[in-house]
Amino acid sequence: MNHNSKSKPIEVDVESFPRPEKIPIRFDETWFAYDSMPVVRDINFSIMPGEFAAILGPNGSGKTTLMKLALGLLKPSSGRVLLFGESSENFKDWHRIGYVPQRIQTAEHRFPASVREIVQFGAYSGFRFFSLLKHKENSRVDDAMELAGILELADRRVSDISAGQQQRMLIARALVRRPDLLVMDEPVAGVDAAGEDQFHSMVRKLNRDLGITIVMVSHDIGAVMREATTCACINQDIVFHGPVHQLDANALSTLYGFPVDVLMHDPDHTHR
Amino acid sequence: MFLCMIPTIRIGNSMPEIFQYEFMNRAIVASVLVGVTAPAIGMFLVLRRLSLIADTLSHVAFAGVAVALITKSFTPIVAFIATATAAVSIEELRVRRLLPGDAALAVFLYGALALAVVLISAFDGFNSTIFSYLFGSVLSVSSTDLWWMGMLALVITLFLFMFRFELTQITFDSDLAKTNGVRVHMLNLSLAILTAGTITVSMRVVGVLLVGALIVIPVLVSIRVVKGLSLTLLVSSVIGVFVAVFGMVISFYADLAPGGSVVLIAISLLIIVEIGALIKKRIFGSSQLMHSSDHTHAHEFHAHGANGSATDDPHSHR
Repeated sequence: MNHNSKSKPIEVDVESFPRPEKIPIRFDETWFAYDSMPVVRDINFSIMPGEFAAILGPNGSGKTTLMKLALGLLKPSSGRVLLFGESSENFKDWHRIGYVPQRIQTAEHRFPASVREIVQFGAYSGFRFFSLLKHKENSRVDDAMELAGILELADRRVSDISAGQQQRMLIARALVRRPDLLVMDEPVAGVDAAGEDQFHSMVRKLNRDLGITIVMVSHDIGAVMREATTCACINQDIVFHGPVHQLDANALSTLYGFPVDVLMHDPDHTHR
Repeated sequence: MFLCMIPTIRIGNSMPEIFQYEFMNRAIVASVLVGVTAPAIGMFLVLRRLSLIADTLSHVAFAGVAVALITKSFTPIVAFIATATAAVSIEELRVRRLLPGDAALAVFLYGALALAVVLISAFDGFNSTIFSYLFGSVLSVSSTDLWWMGMLALVITLFLFMFRFELTQITFDSDLAKTNGVRVHMLNLSLAILTAGTITVSMRVVGVLLVGALIVIPVLVSIRVVKGLSLTLLVSSVIGVFVAVFGMVISFYADLAPGGSVVLIAISLLIIVEIGALIKKRIFGSSQLMHSSDHTHAHEFHAHGANGSATDDPHSHR
């Protein structure tokens, strides 16, 4: 870990610190290795309720691995990850979590499901014999598709829609369950500029109006600076973690391994 | 050749010839059971690109048959134990990343085939019983077989119906399923074991060398003609029953190997729907293009009209 570039620890008021079960994600000395090659090293930070946390890092830096560790899809080699105060491997309250992966595993198949069927999966809350949804949950599916802007695609086949539309479908699927925490892994990869703008507007609304904690892996530094409240820069270990306004050129240069300048747009559109 | 030694057991004279033979009645019932279960389980394999697991497990089943014939054990049980063990082992190797998925399939396929060939050559040699398991035989289905085939088919159908929401989620994306609270590993193991059961059931009718085709091809046809997961599952089974029974009937009247007949009919159906889809795409696609072009043209006129220059044009917006 580059201690020179690491930000100063954030001062925390112990009295106002949330109880462990209220903290959406906590990495506690988390390590992970593929075939004894460390991919994630000694990660220690928490994502607090209501945060819009961005995870930044170059390709192969362990961002997706970190998200999979957070969701219990991978088991830490050492240390632990807590989801709402419970070990991610034993976590049961999955209705509190919405997950939008980088891409769906069957993206290139001629998959026969309709968009509505996939969004309906978001309402799954355990074994049911006859019907996936209760009657009242049908309106939630429509609401989520409308919020994600894909209501008109409801009857289209999943494999017949674009990558950007598939991402929106996955977001709608995540929103059906009305999660407390929404984890997204590069959600705007393959989405055009207009779609990206709409997406950020939607996520902002989810975070600020509905109070959903957002964790978003991204390569877009500009979007992170504009939208997120906190940022964790990962390159196997933590290079920076703190409020996004403290993210500076020094941390980004260390993260990417080459000089990076940060140009901030102020309201008068002048660079500083 | 395949029916020349059939005992002529007639149970009535008013029925069509095919139903006057008890063995054919059993074969038709077996075809229905296979037709329902093989494509139903196949849907969850095809959509995950695990179609070749059927081929691998059928070769393992063949090794099981060889062991059963040598030890004079009840063949379906031994074949089922062998395939179920292999299915679980392949799944565990895949999940634990000890071997890449396709490499694990190859190891089991060739290992099982080699074991079967060695056992057969060492003990009894290739006889008619072995050939009936390799290519399927209407004569090989006994009443006892039919009972346990029925029980296994019932278990498989019930399992697929009960866990259809979970299985379809795993099929779509196993990570998403897991973060939805679906018990992915347990269901994958169950599916692997039931795939083994399906192969054991199916090999009596179509033979171990062709059982994979009945698991895969009806699903491909179904995916082409319908949309929606439940409907695809249902139509796969309907197509499976159709090709299995029709193939059996043809093999009876034309004196052909039933397994080959069933699979060739399934493939013919696949070719027909693929050609149909191609023609539809060309006709529909070109007409849609013409309509789209026409529509754009009309819009342009409408825009002009709004400016007051072409409001009375006959090509106004429709």
